[in-house]
Amino acid sequence: MATTTVLLRIKRQEGQTAPSRWEEFHLPYKPRMNVISALMDIRRNPVTVDGKKTTPISWDCNCLEEVCGACSMSVNGKVRQACSALVDHLVQPIVLEPMTKFPLVRDLMVDRRRMFEALKRVRAWIPLDGTYNLGPGPRVDPETGAVAYSLSRCMTCGCCLEVCPQVTVISAFMGAAVISQVRLFNMHPTGRMNARERMDALMGEGGLADCANAQNCVHACPKDIPLTESIAAMGREMTRHMLKRLLGG
Amino acid sequence: MALRPKAIVVGGGLAGLMTVIKLAEAGVSCQVFSLVPVKRSHSVCAQGGINASVNTKGEGDSPQIHFYETVKGGDFLANQPMAKGMCEAAPGIVYLLDRMGVPFNRTLEGHIDFRGFGGTLFSRTAYAGATTGQQLLYALDEQVRKHEDAGLVEKLEFWEFLSVVKDQEGVCRGITAQDLRSMEIRGFPADAVLLATGGCGMIFGKSTNSVVCTGSAAAAAYQQGAIYANGEFIQVHPTAIPGEDKVRLMSESARSEGGRMWVPRDGKPWYFLEEKYPKYKNLVPRDIATREIYHICRVLRLGVDGQDMVYLDVSHIPKETLDRKLGGILEIYEKFIGDDPRKVPMKVFPGVHYSMGGLWIDYEADNHGDPVADSPRNHQTNIPGLFAAGEADYEYHGANRLGANSLLSCFYGGMLAGPAMRSYMKALDRSCETIGSGVYEAERKRQEEAYTRILGLQGMENPFALHKEMGEMMSENVTVVRYNDKLAATDAALCEMMARWKRIDINDTARWSNQAVAFTRQLWNMLELARVITLGALRRDESRGAHYKPDFPERNDAQWMKTTLATWTPDGPSIGYAPVDTSLLTPEARKY
Repeated sequence: MATTTVLLRIKRQEGQTAPSRWEEFHLPYKPRMNVISALMDIRRNPVTVDGKKTTPISWDCNCLEEVCGACSMSVNGKVRQACSALVDHLVQPIVLEPMTKFPLVRDLMVDRRRMFEALKRVRAWIPLDGTYNLGPGPRVDPETGAVAYSLSRCMTCGCCLEVCPQVTVISAFMGAAVISQVRLFNMHPTGRMNARERMDALMGEGGLADCANAQNCVHACPKDIPLTESIAAMGREMTRHMLKRLLGG
Repeated sequence: MALRPKAIVVGGGLAGLMTVIKLAEAGVSCQVFSLVPVKRSHSVCAQGGINASVNTKGEGDSPQIHFYETVKGGDFLANQPMAKGMCEAAPGIVYLLDRMGVPFNRTLEGHIDFRGFGGTLFSRTAYAGATTGQQLLYALDEQVRKHEDAGLVEKLEFWEFLSVVKDQEGVCRGITAQDLRSMEIRGFPADAVLLATGGCGMIFGKSTNSVVCTGSAAAAAYQQGAIYANGEFIQVHPTAIPGEDKVRLMSESARSEGGRMWVPRDGKPWYFLEEKYPKYKNLVPRDIATREIYHICRVLRLGVDGQDMVYLDVSHIPKETLDRKLGGILEIYEKFIGDDPRKVPMKVFPGVHYSMGGLWIDYEADNHGDPVADSPRNHQTNIPGLFAAGEADYEYHGANRLGANSLLSCFYGGMLAGPAMRSYMKALDRSCETIGSGVYEAERKRQEEAYTRILGLQGMENPFALHKEMGEMMSENVTVVRYNDKLAATDAALCEMMARWKRIDINDTARWSNQAVAFTRQLWNMLELARVITLGALRRDESRGAHYKPDFPERNDAQWMKTTLATWTPDGPSIGYAPVDTSLLTPEARKY
């Protein structure tokens, strides 16, 4: 690509109730630029295409290797991690917007607390007797271990919620990520012991029943987590769980 | 629900969260402060694994050998009782993680699998693909969530630690912190405070570290009287991929799984590490591999395409093995570079990775040289009531850290720090609740004024551009190869940058989610710490571990087997030295 400059169009907003506006920036092209390095270039010289000085852009990021989940945003209309969004692969102007299913903090930053709250609700942990020495955990066959690993890579980045038609800023639906986490903990030999509590949580408000099977989540997941398989698996487990409850089990 | 804070943990990575779990388990309520949701802490970036000598492969490994190799890997600068305690606790730690549900790679029989790593010939490293740190952090995050749900833990995420609150006797009685959304500054009382705030890679501009790893919290404590030890020992990892925003780690595990390093020479691959180190081959410790790569690129000019690049080649390994054992890092290379490392060799170059130095901490060992488990001295800084753990402390790794020992030191540190804080709190004659609000209000006011001053900066300098300049200078002069004239010039330039800092144009005066203000404050702290690193390196006229001076190429035990101790003064760091505890292993030449 013979690009010498890069054009970015960024949605700015000072806070949740402030009006939004668009700003455009021209940057010198550098090989292997990504959206984050472009944002870093802008804050070293925050001047728009019209030559107007502006404030540095607020955005969320941390690891820049796509393992922490912080830098989710909409890049050219698609929600993804900004760190792995390489300028060479993007149509210009590169349009950056915050995710829309979470309360806005400022510019490209949003508040994803609801996802962590949901993990609490479904009791997404293995109950331990204590951290003292009790020897190794249960043995796990390599295949089951591999499935657990694929589910356990969820970064709570929020992409699956952003693309889900059932999720809105005010809806209670906890989303695919949390359902998949329930599957992860329920398949662990120790986690299994509390499976009923987690299924009860998934039966409640914002739980599994709110999924309308749009299947957008699995395509948006940056870690290729088999989210729709998890939803289907939890659907089957839910049927068993409800039958058991009906039979007073 | 109103919590009665007892202990404060700053930093939600592995060391911080392990401490929280230990405290919560003992019934101590705890507030956790973190710049990011704790699940996004820098520990997620650790890739290769965690060391524990469980000898499941019948190789004759033992914690004693692990201890010896750790101390030797660190060029005999680590205090030996703590390193010994860590290696002995390692198998129990890995088993505990197993019980927490960490999806470790498994053997055919369903046991935890182990692989080799740098500085050892044993299979000692447990791993979860090539995203082990992420998996371990998630396990702790989940356990902490359980305690949070039970009301024992309160998380304050997107809050930045600003300073320690000390009473009239100089005892730490809490902290001040700022909510990075509302920008509100508050004082928080506590009977004991832990800093588990990670490393300081951002001082070098681009590193393998996450953007929060500025060392700012440790530097703030240093400016309040905490001693900073061995600052000059900075690990530069041999294999990373340079990028515009950061350098990305390519785990040592690529080499434990059979990856080979080479450059073309006379039209043929030259496997330079295998040739020079026939026993350890590609798995010599990191400082050694890094120096070899520098030598090849900068002196022999044999880098790939004449550039600062060498090959890390895994293309001869079966795809199935690669995907199962290294998937996470190969994905990173593919996504960020665009080539498939299963087919073509990766191009890598060393990058700043880890700080062996950090806040000075104490410990108590019995007469067998074993750490005393509940001693309040363990992990306590020289400020009473202030503790440190994880990369933020200086313990365990000496002059160079072995791969897969960092995760271990985070867990072990947390397992000692939690009980130590509890013992300390029990022995206190009065709790923070009896102190009165005066000291908190005074410190809060001091921080509020500093914040207002930053908001009012109206000079010419851009803080982000100034940071880039500092990082490039530090990377050039204070990393792999060090010369005294360049170190002295760097320190002078750092002093100039501190003057320039006062001429920053803050540009953003919003009192809501203002990242420029937070960064500007961190930048000052980075400059303070950069001086500690640079002056420590300037003084130490020898070569040891990661610290290498061509003008002083040998290790000099007679003069320099000492821990560097930096104390803040208004005129810059005052540097002193303390002896190293070598009571268990006799220092010997470090040969591989």
